[in-house]
Amino acid sequence: MLKAKHKTGLVFFPAFDWAIDPTHPEREERLLYTQDQVVEEGIFDIDGIVELKPDLVNVPDVQRVHFCVPDPLSVMTESHFISAGGAKTIGCAVMEKKIEKGFALVRPPGHHAMRVVHGARGFCNVNIEAIMIEHLRQTYGVQRVAIVDTDCHHGDGTQDIYWHDPDTLFISIHQDGRTLYPGSGFPNELGGPNAIGTTLNIPLPPNTSEEGFLYTIRNVVLPILEDFQPDLIVNSAGQDNHFSDPITNMNFTARGYAELTELLNADIAVLEGGYAIEGALPYVNLGIILAMAGIDYSNVREPTFDPEKLRQSQDVTRIIGKVGELVLAYWQQRSAIQDQVRSKPTCGRRSRQLFYDTAGITEMQEETIQVCDHCGGAWRIDSTSDRGRHILAIHIPRRACPKCQSTGQAWFAEADVKQFDMIALQDQSTDTYTVRKA
Amino acid sequence: MIIGLDVGGTHADVVLLGNEGVINEIKVPTDPTDLFDTVLTALEKITADIDPAKIIRMVMSTTLTTNAIIQKKLPQVGMIVSGGPGVDPHFYRTNDHFECLSGSIDHRGREVEPVQAAAIDRIREKFIAAGIRHVGVVTKFSVRNAAQELAIARQLEGHFEKVFLGHRISGNLSFPRRIATTYLNAAVYPIHREFFEAVNNSLTRKGLKVPIRILKADGGNMNFEASIDYPAQTTLSGPAASVMGSIAFGPEKGDALVMDIGGTTTDMAILVDQVPLLAPQGIELGGFKTLIRSLETHSIGIGGDSAVRIENGRIQVGPHRNGPAMAHGGPSPTPTDALVLLGKARKGSRELAARGFAPIAEQLGVTIEDAAFQVFDHTCRQILRAAEEMVERINRQPVYTIHEMQDGYQVRPTTILVLGGPAPLFAEHLETLSHYQVGVVPRWTVANAIGAALARTTCEVNLYADTEQQIATAPEENFTTKVDRSFDQAQARQMALDLLQKKAVARGANPAHLEMEVTEELQFNMVRGFHTTGRNIRIRAQVQPGLIYGYDPVAGRLM
Repeated sequence: MLKAKHKTGLVFFPAFDWAIDPTHPEREERLLYTQDQVVEEGIFDIDGIVELKPDLVNVPDVQRVHFCVPDPLSVMTESHFISAGGAKTIGCAVMEKKIEKGFALVRPPGHHAMRVVHGARGFCNVNIEAIMIEHLRQTYGVQRVAIVDTDCHHGDGTQDIYWHDPDTLFISIHQDGRTLYPGSGFPNELGGPNAIGTTLNIPLPPNTSEEGFLYTIRNVVLPILEDFQPDLIVNSAGQDNHFSDPITNMNFTARGYAELTELLNADIAVLEGGYAIEGALPYVNLGIILAMAGIDYSNVREPTFDPEKLRQSQDVTRIIGKVGELVLAYWQQRSAIQDQVRSKPTCGRRSRQLFYDTAGITEMQEETIQVCDHCGGAWRIDSTSDRGRHILAIHIPRRACPKCQSTGQAWFAEADVKQFDMIALQDQSTDTYTVRKA
Repeated sequence: MIIGLDVGGTHADVVLLGNEGVINEIKVPTDPTDLFDTVLTALEKITADIDPAKIIRMVMSTTLTTNAIIQKKLPQVGMIVSGGPGVDPHFYRTNDHFECLSGSIDHRGREVEPVQAAAIDRIREKFIAAGIRHVGVVTKFSVRNAAQELAIARQLEGHFEKVFLGHRISGNLSFPRRIATTYLNAAVYPIHREFFEAVNNSLTRKGLKVPIRILKADGGNMNFEASIDYPAQTTLSGPAASVMGSIAFGPEKGDALVMDIGGTTTDMAILVDQVPLLAPQGIELGGFKTLIRSLETHSIGIGGDSAVRIENGRIQVGPHRNGPAMAHGGPSPTPTDALVLLGKARKGSRELAARGFAPIAEQLGVTIEDAAFQVFDHTCRQILRAAEEMVERINRQPVYTIHEMQDGYQVRPTTILVLGGPAPLFAEHLETLSHYQVGVVPRWTVANAIGAALARTTCEVNLYADTEQQIATAPEENFTTKVDRSFDQAQARQMALDLLQKKAVARGANPAHLEMEVTEELQFNMVRGFHTTGRNIRIRAQVQPGLIYGYDPVAGRLM
C-alpha cells in the first residue's frame, strides 16, 4: 500500500476557463496534461496526500503586499483571487498542522509582480507567494521566511517586494539575465541598505543540467538556509528549466526537479512558470508531488528523456562553480557590504524604469527608504506610468520601530494630494491600508 | 407486475408491485452461508399464488459480491499490469499473481515503449501452471489507447476462461483504481456467474422466464448478460436500493438527505431535485479504491442495535454491534432499548432494557428514563453531525474552473427522508434537534426493495477526441474512429450520446425513455508554437439514476 511519509496537501486549480489570450502560453490548456497524469497516477488517492479546495484571497490580503493602480479589482481577474487563494489555503493548512507540506498547483503565476502594480508583467498580476506569506505572518506570527525561486526566469517581482525586508531571505536561481527575460537577477543585486544579503541571485548559464542545479542547491542554497534558520521555507516552483521548455534554454529534468524538491525540503511549494505543457509539466509536477510526500520518484521519466543529450559541458560546470563561490562570499560578507553601501549618502534612494511586457506599460519609480538599524525601514515610491497615472506608495514594515512608524505616517499626512491620483499608506505594523485622494 | 428483491445482512426484503402499488411485501431472514437459498425462499414466497406470466420485470440486489470482497473469499486471479514511467506499479499489487510488464503510453495515448511479447508468454505460462482461469490486464493510459491491453489479450487468447481488460471496465482515468476494479471484476466473476445462473435455472423451472436484472451501486440496474462482463458493479448495491426507494418522496426542487437507519449502521445519501448524487470516482470496499460508479453515500457505525457504553462520563454509541437490543434478548444496551424505555418502541421487553440501562443511569447519575433519553438524544445528534459533515465534504470537493468556483452547486438540504426499521421512532426527534423537515419514507421497512424494483437501467460513456491526432475514442465501448480536423465539441457530444444510447439499450434500458444527460464537457484548443494545431475534447454522458418511466406515479401511490 502506497503511503506518504509526510502528510502533503495539494491545491490543484488549473483554471480550465481562463487565458491571457487564446494562444498565450498562459492559457486554458496549460495544466490539462498535468491533470491527466496526476489523476491517472492516482495521486489524490495516496494515503497521506489530500486535495484541498482553494479559498479566495480578499482585497486586504492583496493590499498587504501590493499598491494596485488604481485598485485591486482593476488589475486582477477572478483567476488571480483563486490562484493566490490556493497558495493561502496551502499555507494555512501547513501552519495549522493539517498537513506537513503543501503544493499549490495553481495558475496564473505571480513571481514577476512587484510592490506597485499597474498591470501584468511576465504573465503575472499579483505575487501569490508574497500574498500568502504576509497573510501567514499576520495570522500566525511567522517571522523568518526563506523563498527559494527555482523558476527559470529571475523572480524580480518577489525580489522587489522583499528588497528591504531583512526577515525574508529571497534566493533566485535562474537562467542568466543576459540571455533571458526579465534581464535582471545578477549576483550583485543583494537587497536594500537595511537588508543586504537577504536577497541573493544565482544566475546559471544556458544548458545547465541536473548536475549544475543540484550542485547549486547542495553547495550554495542549503548552507545559506542553514545559516539563516528560517521558520518557513517557500519554493517558487517554476518548471521552465526543463530541457523541453519552449521559451528557455536549460537542461533540467523531472527527476532532477524531484531531487531538488527533496533536498530543499520546503514547507510550501507554489507553481510558477513552465510552458512545456505536454513534455515536462505532467512529469515534473508528478516528481515534485512524490518528492514532497516522501514517495519513491526514481521511476518518473519523460518520454523524450536522453541522459546523453543532457550532459553538462565542462564550461558550464566551471561557470556554475564560480557563481556559487561569488554568492557564498556575498552572503558571508553581507554585513561588511551593508556598511559599505550605507557609507554612500544616496544609498536610500533609487530611480528605476520598469516595463510591463504583458500589459505594455512603462513605469517610472522614485524610491526612498529610511536607513534603519532597528527594522526594515519605512519607504515610499513615487510611481508614474505612461498611462498617465501618478501615485505615492508609502510602506511601514510589520515590525517597524517607532521612528520608522512616525516617518511613514508623516510622509502620508504631508504629501500633497493634488500632485497624485492616489496616496496610499500600507501600514503592516497595524495591518491597514489607507488611501488619500483629492 | 414487478418484483424487487434486496438481500441485506440480516433480512432479505422482497416486494411485488403492480399498477395499483404494493401488492405484497415479505421479509425473510438472510442466511449468510446460503444466499442462494435466501433468494429462492424470498422469491418463492412472493410469487406464491401468482401467475408467473404476469411478472414482467424482476430486479435483484444482493450482498453476494460485496461479502466475497469484504471476507476476502476470492478465487485466484492473474493480473498483468504495465505502468511505464511514474509511480512504481508494484505499489498497486492487488493479489498474489500480480505481474508487471514494461511498455508505456503517454497521456495523449501515444505509444512510448512497446510491450515485450516474450515477457507476456512467460507470464501466461506461469499463470497456466498455477491453475489460473481468470486474468485481468491493465496498462497505464489504456483509456486513451487500448492497443497494449489488446495486444496482451491476444497473446492470452484461448488459454483462460475469461480475460478482463482495464479499458473496458471504466472510461475514467486512475491507473491504480483501474487495476483494483479490473481485479475485482475478474475475482468475483465466477462467484457471480455461478450464483445467477443457478437462480435463473431455478426460476425457469418454476415457469418464471423473466430475464433478471441486477442492481448496481449507482442505483441503476443492468441485465444479466451485461453483469457477466461487469460483475463487480453489483457490489454495494444495498445502500443504493434504499436511496432509490426514497427518491419519489424527496422535494421536486431542492436538496434532501436520505438516511437509512439500520441495526449496525446509518447510511446517508443526497438527493438533488429527486436525483441522487453520484460519487466523484467510485466505491471503496475491502481496502480497494475502485472506479465502480456509485451513489455518493456515507456510512456511520451508529444504528438501532449499536452497543452503548459510558467512557469517561460520556455516552458512546457504536460503532460496534454486539447483537440485538437487550429488550430482544441481546447482550448489551442499545438505542433500541432507549426507545423501548421511552415508550416509543412497542416491541421488546421493557424489563430487559431497564436491566441494560441501570449501569448507564448509575454512571451518568440520573434515572433510567433520563439515561434512555440522553442516549437517544446523543444518537440523533451523532447522526445529524455526520450528515452535516457529509454535506460539508461534498461542498468542499475541488473544482477546476472559475465558473464552478463562482457558480458551482452547493448542496443545502432542507429535508431529511428516513427509512429503515426504526425510522419513524427517530424522525420526530431528528426534526426537533435540527432545522430540517424530517419525513419518513412510506413503507420504510421495504422501501429498499421497492427502490430496486423501480430503478432504471443506467450507464456512462466517456468520449475523448484529439483532432491533432484525428482520433475520437471511447475505449470502454470498444469504439475508435478517425475524425477530421474540423471535428468539434457539438459533434463529440452527439457521438457520445449515440454511444450512450446504444450501450443503455444493450444493457436493458427502455429505448423510448432514456434519461440521457451530458455531465461533463471540456474543449481545449491545442496550441503549439503560437498556432492552434487541434482540439482536445472530453465528453462524459450518462443515463441518470432514477425510476422507470410510468412508475413515478406508482411510487406516489405506495403510501
